[in-house]
Parts: sequence; C-alpha cells; structure tokens
Amino acid sequence: MLEFFANLVPTSILDIWNSLPPLVQYLTIVTWKILFVTIGVILIVAFSTYFERKVIGSMQARIGPNRVGPIGLGQPFADVIKLLIKEVVVPSQSNKFLFVIAPLLTLIPALAAWAVIPLNDWYVIADINAGLLYVLAITSVGVYGVILAGWATNSKYAFLGAMRSAAQIVAYEIAMGFALVGILMAAGSLNLGDIVRAQAGGFSNWFVLPLLPLFLVYWISGIAETNRAPFDVAEGESEIVAGFHVEYSGVAFAIFFLAEYANMVLISSLTAIFFLGGWASPFEGLGFLKPVAEIPVLGLLVVGGFHWLFIKMAFFMYTFFWFRATFPRYRYDQIMRLGWKVFIPVTIVWITVEGVMAWFKVGPWSGLAG
Amino acid sequence: MNRVISYIKTFALWELLKGLSVTQKNFFRKSVTLEYPDEKTPQSPRFRGLHALRRYPNGEERCIACKLCEAVCPALAITIESDVGEDGTRRTTRYDIDLFKCIYCGFCEEACPVDAIVETRLHEYHMEAPGENIMTKDKLLAVGDKYDAMISADKAADAKYR
Repeated sequence: MLEFFANLVPTSILDIWNSLPPLVQYLTIVTWKILFVTIGVILIVAFSTYFERKVIGSMQARIGPNRVGPIGLGQPFADVIKLLIKEVVVPSQSNKFLFVIAPLLTLIPALAAWAVIPLNDWYVIADINAGLLYVLAITSVGVYGVILAGWATNSKYAFLGAMRSAAQIVAYEIAMGFALVGILMAAGSLNLGDIVRAQAGGFSNWFVLPLLPLFLVYWISGIAETNRAPFDVAEGESEIVAGFHVEYSGVAFAIFFLAEYANMVLISSLTAIFFLGGWASPFEGLGFLKPVAEIPVLGLLVVGGFHWLFIKMAFFMYTFFWFRATFPRYRYDQIMRLGWKVFIPVTIVWITVEGVMAWFKVGPWSGLAG
Repeated sequence: MNRVISYIKTFALWELLKGLSVTQKNFFRKSVTLEYPDEKTPQSPRFRGLHALRRYPNGEERCIACKLCEAVCPALAITIESDVGEDGTRRTTRYDIDLFKCIYCGFCEEACPVDAIVETRLHEYHMEAPGENIMTKDKLLAVGDKYDAMISADKAADAKYR
C-alpha cells in the first residue's frame, strides 16, 4: 500500500518523509491506522443503530426511522446530537469519580480490542502473536465499567443490574474461552491473521463446519457477553428499569450506548474471523471462478478483502437484531444454567473430540495439531 | 425414546429456529404503518368529531331551542338558554357544548328534529387556553358555515341508512 501512496505524492514531500527518523515514521503510520479504525468503528456503530431499528421495524411490520435525511439515514446523527446537548445528571449520593470514569472503562476496551483485528491481509494495527489472548483479556476488562457504573450510582436497581451483568459475563467468558481453545487447536496459532490464513481456500475450509458446536457456543456466549437480548437481564427494563445505567444521561449514556454497540460489532467481527474465515472469500477455492476475478466489480466477490469481513460482520449484526426481535428475555437462573451446565460441558466435549480426531489425523486440522 | 428426541431437538436448536423463521417471514411482509400527517385512514361519513350548528340555505338558523339534545345528552355537556327572537320565533340565546364533558356519542344529532346540531368528521382540533373547550353558539355556527358543503355531503351520503 505504501508504494501506492508513494506514487501519488510529489517527490519533495516524499523526501521530507524519508528524512524523518524511523520511529517518527512508525508512530505516524500507526496513529493514522488507529484513527481510521476508530472512526470506522464509530461510524459502523452509528449506522448499526439505524440498521437495528429498520430490521426490527420490518420484523414488526413497521417502517422504522424514515424522517431524518433520505430514508432516515440521518437518524443516528440526530440521536447523537440530542444526547450531546442533554445535561449529564450526577446523582448526589453517588461516587462522582467512579460514576464519570465507568462509561469510559466500558468504551476503551471495546475500542482497544480492534488493535489486533485484521481487516484484511495487511491492515492490522498490531500484528502480535498473542492476539487471541489479548482479545480475551481486553474484552474481559469491559465488565469493570459495568460493575463500577452500578456501584458508583448508589442505586439498588443499578447495583442489581451490575451484579447480574458481572455474574453473567464471568459465566459466559469461560464457555467463550473454551470455544477459543478449539480455534487455537485447529489453527495452531494465537495470531488472528494466521487464524484467518489457516482457513484459506474457500467455504469448506472454514472452521464453522468442523467446529459447529463451538461456533454456536461462541456466538451465543458473545450475545450474552454483550448483554443483548435475549440475555439482557442486566438492563431488563421490566424488572430493574435500565440496570446499571439507570442514572446515566446525556453524553455519559451515549458512551455506554456506543460501548455496547462497539462490543457487538467486535463480537461479530471476531466470530467472522474465528469461524467464517475473516476477510477470505468463500469462493476462492473454486478453480473455475479464476477468470471471474479479473472482472472489475464481480471479481471482488471472488477475491478476499475487507468487504468480505464487512459482509460477514453485517450478517452477524443482523442476527443480533433478528434474535432481539424473536426471543423473549431469559429468566436469570436459566441464563446461569445455560452458561454453566450446558455450554461449558459442550465445549469440553467438543475439544476432546477435536483432540482425539487430531491425534488420529482425521479431519481438516490433522496436519496442524498432530 | 421421547427423551432422546427431545434432546436432539434441544441441541439442534429446533424451537429457536422455528421462532426465527417466523420473524424472518414477517421481515419480508409489507409494513402496515400509516404515516399519519401525510397519509390518513379513510373516514366514514358517520364519523363523530367536532360539533357544528347548521343553517337553512336561506341563512336562517335551524335550531329551534327544543332542548331535546340537552335532555338526551348522557354527559350533560350541552347547556341551552332560549328566548323569543327578533322575528318572534323561538331561538337559543346560549348554546354551549363542553368538549371535555362530551363523549361524542352522537345522541344530540339523533335527537335533533331539525338536523341543527351535527357532529362533523373534523377530529384534528386543539385548545390552547382554559375555556376554549366550551364551544359557544357562535363557534358552532362558524364551524357549520365553514364546512357546510362537507356536512351536507356527509348527511346526504348517510341519509338512506337512517
């Protein structure tokens, strides 16, 4: 990509660039990369709220937002402006410092996790070999924001919501981690880029087929992890008003909202990377499609790239909303039962099956883990 | 055996998939939303909205102050006072309908022997100050004058069913 830009800019600017110390060059490039990803994520979050309202509207035979801008596309910006100009009310009995810091503690991990997400073959901010561990660690930090918000508010509803959320996230984190062990065994690497490369070669090589139980467990745990319907007991409005963010308003609420949706986008992208081959195209293994790759627009469907990651992510976002429109909220004890007594045993069983198959060299991972 | 089948169904997420298929079917259904200020539902000529007092084509008030509407009004929303008019006929000096009391049952319209008090199809009206809820005789006559054509057409359309 750098060569591509090098042809665009005049040589004088290029000379200034080359005269900079390597550290400055590196920091500049990384800063721009971070900026692109962050703004991209925030834009996707903004439009996914619009997407959600449209999808759920259609499922309920309604239209959804259509007043602001063409077909309602300005709605997310109208919502953001409304939230920005509203007053932030800090309850007098609350712990002010924690109250203010809590929304940031949920948002920062949700954005920080994007550091290791490979958007395509070369665009990844930090191509580290412990990417999977980093993702697991950083997404777990997000729960502190929720707990602190519930605690600092000093309200019983917020506290109940925080407790529910904490217990739920701890329970599902384990199942999620075990599901990722299966990925690790199949791919033989912790680097997210290598995990995608291990799935190269079309749909049949994706992990979703051999690891179907782990895929379902990971995906459902991901929904529970982001506190979305049908696992949204942390904010169950029929029982505890809005859970941990009852007392938040204005910008502080907007940040919680942003963090929730950023986490959804993150989980969708991670699921696409782990199980659906990330940026890889599902058609790339088919030899007869080779000539199609030369055709300008149609060729993009055959060649892998960011658009494929985006399509897969959008599909998972759609299922998030689809589930929300379909399923009633789980009872709290049923959530705990599902997490501890169903998902964890299922993942352990499938990891064992996978290990036995790898030992006897059957299945797609035989060459990797043996 | 049933136990085994139920286990298989549970792990295949059978019932969840059934539920998802229902919402997915509805996703492709045409939405039934009516965008209200731009689109409106069809109204019957019998629609009972804001009241109006009508006149004869020569401009004479229809109302003869018989007070049948006042008597029949179940919500006691109508107040009538009457006197002898300039031409020696019986006329109302006061004809008030309290819109907060009115339940829009249409009994006043049914009771009226001269079709003077009617309920029109107007339903998009509002009050901005206390006291505006009282429809005085002048206001009722003004409504009747303004929408005379509409009211006549509605009454004519409904006449054969009465």
